[in-house]
Amino acid sequence: MSDDHDHAQDHPHIHRSPPRPDQDDTLTYYRAMEAAVRELLIEKKILTAADVRRQVESMDGRNPSGGARMVARAWRDPEYRRRMLSDGSQAAREVGLDVGPLKLVVVENTPSVHNVIVCTLCSCYPRMLLGLPPDWYKSRNYRSRVVREPRAVLGEFGTEIPSDVQIRVHDSTADMRYLVLPRRPEGTDALSEADLAKLVTRDSMIGVAVIDQN
Amino acid sequence: MADGIAFLFNVGDRVRVRSAFPIGHVRTPYYVRGKYGMVERVCGAFPNPEELAYARRGLPAQPLYRVRFLQCEVWPDYAGQPFDVLEVDIYQHWLEAEDVQ
Amino acid sequence: MARYNVFMTAQDPRRSHHDMGGLSAGPVEPTEHDYALWEKRVDALMVLLSNRQPPLLSVDELRRNIESLGPESYDSMTYYERWVFAITQTLVQRGVITVDELGRKIEAVRAREEPHG
Repeated sequence: MSDDHDHAQDHPHIHRSPPRPDQDDTLTYYRAMEAAVRELLIEKKILTAADVRRQVESMDGRNPSGGARMVARAWRDPEYRRRMLSDGSQAAREVGLDVGPLKLVVVENTPSVHNVIVCTLCSCYPRMLLGLPPDWYKSRNYRSRVVREPRAVLGEFGTEIPSDVQIRVHDSTADMRYLVLPRRPEGTDALSEADLAKLVTRDSMIGVAVIDQN
Repeated sequence: MADGIAFLFNVGDRVRVRSAFPIGHVRTPYYVRGKYGMVERVCGAFPNPEELAYARRGLPAQPLYRVRFLQCEVWPDYAGQPFDVLEVDIYQHWLEAEDVQ
Repeated sequence: MARYNVFMTAQDPRRSHHDMGGLSAGPVEPTEHDYALWEKRVDALMVLLSNRQPPLLSVDELRRNIESLGPESYDSMTYYERWVFAITQTLVQRGVITVDELGRKIEAVRAREEPHG
């Protein structure tokens, strides 16, 4: 994940207010609200400070490498791939990932199909598998446009999908969360599962990118 | 399940999303209302989010379907390929069989 | 058969502000930021309170509360500002915290952390 601190200065549609950059150095109203709610819940013995700390650490430990491991295994093991396409959450648990109540559906890219994931209504994302989503995934511009002009949006990510390939956009409107199984790049037959996993990017599992073997 | 809602649709069925526009917490996007699609998958039954949103239980569980739409039937000016599709998870009470008037 | 008429526009009052699929918008800027601790804590509260047995809130209530923000607020608030607003609103609606407790605690937090004056 990038360390880039560019703020989300996306060019607003004519009637939109641009989003404010977060300010870590001053106590904004909403930061105070978070502290207040957390302290009230601790005082009421609904939570402990340790609960919050553990959950923050748990989410910190979730990152795209979990999904990448699943993808790499599916590339090398056709039976695992079959199980992953049938029940994504169970396939995650099979590789030791604790995904909690996540209902994961894996959709496979093929020579004739390319998948891309969005949540137009809010920002649903397979967080328990991949960790927190990037800002752009939650942005107005992505949520509005990728359902209507996926090829143009993918082009903005530098991803060109050939005209004979079907694009399937998945809008996560209910409890299922979607993961793209990207195509295995050429010339990787000799790679170990661990080395294959290093090739798998978060953006390829969202579907805005494909994986090239460099 | 004896107390559950019966599943009305199967994979491959052609369905129409109801053209209704209530207020409240709705998980059927505006852009598919009134559109025709095909059931791609039967997802199971889940408590109704329209009720959960008000801290009610949302029971009995409502059947949920993945519905596949042709992009060119959703957007009149769709600029991609005629075989491109859009898949949305939609609750049964938002769906009608194709031939319902 | 789809009819493209005046109702299929952003100005259609039947389209909620958050329900933005298909609206015109600018280029997708591939921005990211490292999440601040307070943002991670908002996320943590959401997970802890919704996974609790019995849950103290549902993600559906959170979404409904975010959807109730007016367009100006929805667009100008950051993602986690909207979520902490929604968590707080839901807890008040559920009677887990009172408005009075909340007001007093926010002031106490600010008095503690603000520089002198």
